[in-house]
Amino acid sequence: MTDVLVCIKRVPETSSQVLLSEDGMSVDARHVGHTVSPHEEAAVEIAIQVAEASGGTATVLTLGPADAVEQLRDAIAVGCTRAIHVEADSESFGPADVAAAIAEVVRGEDFGLVLVGNDAADSGDFQVGVRLAYALGRPVVTGISTLSLDGDTLTARGSGPDGDEIYELPCPAVVAIQEGGVAPRYPSIVGRMKAKKLPIETISTTVSPTTRRLGLTSPPERPSTVEVLGEGPEAAKAVVDMLVSIGVVSS
Amino acid sequence: MILVLVETDPQGVTLTSREALTFARTMGERMGDPQLEAVAVGPLPDTAAVLAHLGEQGVTTLHHADDERLAAYGAAAWAAAVVDVASSGAARLVVGSGTPRGMEVLAHVATRLDCLMAANVIALEDTDPLTVSRQVMGGGVFERMRLDGEVAVVAVAGHAVDPVPAAESRTTDVRTYEPALTDADLLTRVVRTEKAAGEDTSALTGAKVVVGAGRGAGSADGFTDLLELKDLLGGALGVSRVVTSLGWRPHHEQVGQTGSRISPDLYVACGISGAIQHWAGCQSAKTILAINTDPDAPMVTQAHYAVIGDLHEVVPAINEELRRRRG
Ligand SMILES: Cc1cc2nc3c(=O)[nH]c(=O)nc-3n(C[C@H](O)[C@H](O)[C@H](O)COP(=O)(O)OP(=O)(O)OC[C@H]3O[C@@H](n4cnc5c(N)ncnc54)[C@H](O)[C@@H]3O)c2cc1C
Repeated sequence: MTDVLVCIKRVPETSSQVLLSEDGMSVDARHVGHTVSPHEEAAVEIAIQVAEASGGTATVLTLGPADAVEQLRDAIAVGCTRAIHVEADSESFGPADVAAAIAEVVRGEDFGLVLVGNDAADSGDFQVGVRLAYALGRPVVTGISTLSLDGDTLTARGSGPDGDEIYELPCPAVVAIQEGGVAPRYPSIVGRMKAKKLPIETISTTVSPTTRRLGLTSPPERPSTVEVLGEGPEAAKAVVDMLVSIGVVSS
Repeated sequence: MILVLVETDPQGVTLTSREALTFARTMGERMGDPQLEAVAVGPLPDTAAVLAHLGEQGVTTLHHADDERLAAYGAAAWAAAVVDVASSGAARLVVGSGTPRGMEVLAHVATRLDCLMAANVIALEDTDPLTVSRQVMGGGVFERMRLDGEVAVVAVAGHAVDPVPAAESRTTDVRTYEPALTDADLLTRVVRTEKAAGEDTSALTGAKVVVGAGRGAGSADGFTDLLELKDLLGGALGVSRVVTSLGWRPHHEQVGQTGSRISPDLYVACGISGAIQHWAGCQSAKTILAINTDPDAPMVTQAHYAVIGDLHEVVPAINEELRRRRG
């Protein structure tokens, strides 16, 4: 039986230009929705799979503002049975701070396996899982897309430069999950009901964050220099002429 | 000393590591610390080619951790080998490339050195205090970040700079060493690699031509003409996240923030809107041709060339024209 903790982060859902706050220190997310990284959706799915297979539980944790309970409830709706909210101004938390705050929670509990997303969709720091593992004195692997647990041995698969790479490591461990190996499940109606009702454990952290952010800027807008080669199938000749001119097709 | 973790392939030092070397050299010069050294872990496929690349980049010494326990990749053990050199040489900066492997090893290095790490770095902003600019929000925003401390770790975003040879090339000395490794360092090594045909991403990340397809492909069966175009141009297929999450194509073909970063000579983006998370993966293509029904799609306005139309009509016509000209 293994109790799994999966850590997720509330981030703005943007697909086009990102707006910045007036002080240039954060993303202005008032007009967009929120989500978690695709990596974390996969991590939640794997947490539920491992917990089910071993007869354990899957707990979801987030460090973030009060509104981040929305993302916790999404994870409960698909099958996590416990939710921990470390309420904090996550904007000022660097990766080492987040790892230290999660480590505090893990130390007081009995989570054999801790999952995180490979890198958060917003800050993209690539370090929380690794720093957490060192804080807990556990082995860690990153970029993992499928995971199975047999006794105390984890088999983890990720993709490397020459094909799929397989690791075998002892549990307790920390694993950073990458999307692509599992299809996150959709919430059922029963799941949604559970998500509404389940009490969320709100706790605070003793970690004092030390952001190194000096400011955010939008990339310079690139003036459109697109040359439209035509409309519909008639453009084919112009396309191939262009391919010849850039040397991709020989004349 | 500025220390660069280099990754190698049968051609020598990988392109992204050569980019990191150029970036590190420029940083060192501006910081008044021009001593550029490199560290490579595990067996080198072609030592002469590696040394030629390093000499060209102005590297004085290659520290080569050659120990059979490092032959199989394992981030903790590789990091132990890097930290060994960084500590004994009092490195001011440890730089690597923003590949999955580079990023994983550097995260271990930063933790072991108890210092800050900046991922996806694209520019050096200031040397006092040391400040870098890096991509966040999948490349949709730049963050200025301060790297306080005696040592810092920097992962350079793929294709943020071109690899430029140093003003003077050098003969790089090789120092082979055996790093001190503990049992814990060796717990997380790759136990085996499985090469399923076409399953690895190197074909996509190294391709000169990538034919991309998004939701506009319409269904899993909508790829026939796109695959033919890919074959006619001798390239690889890359897709948007919508395509992989709908299960039309496998994830290893995904381009973008949570997929592969590509830098082909030509990217043909068919039926792809060009959301920032996709753009993050394809923006370093030299030429982008967008084929889209929507003339206002970001992919169209940011491309070099565009055809406005239904890809299911345009792509077969291009294939036909290519076949006709080949005779
Ligand atoms: C944290 C995060 C990470 C993400 N990572 C990635 C990533 O790695 N890669 C990625 O791609 N996305 C990623 N996304 C998703 C991204 O935001 C977009 O949703 C996605 O890229 C859109 O895919 P698309 O362009 O194929 O589909 P759509 O946005 O639906 O666009 C389809 C386009 O096709 C055009 N079209 C439709 N029919 C035709 C036709 N018959 N012929 C020609 N054109 C047609 C339309 O005009 C439109 O422009 C991520 C999102 C998040 C939140």
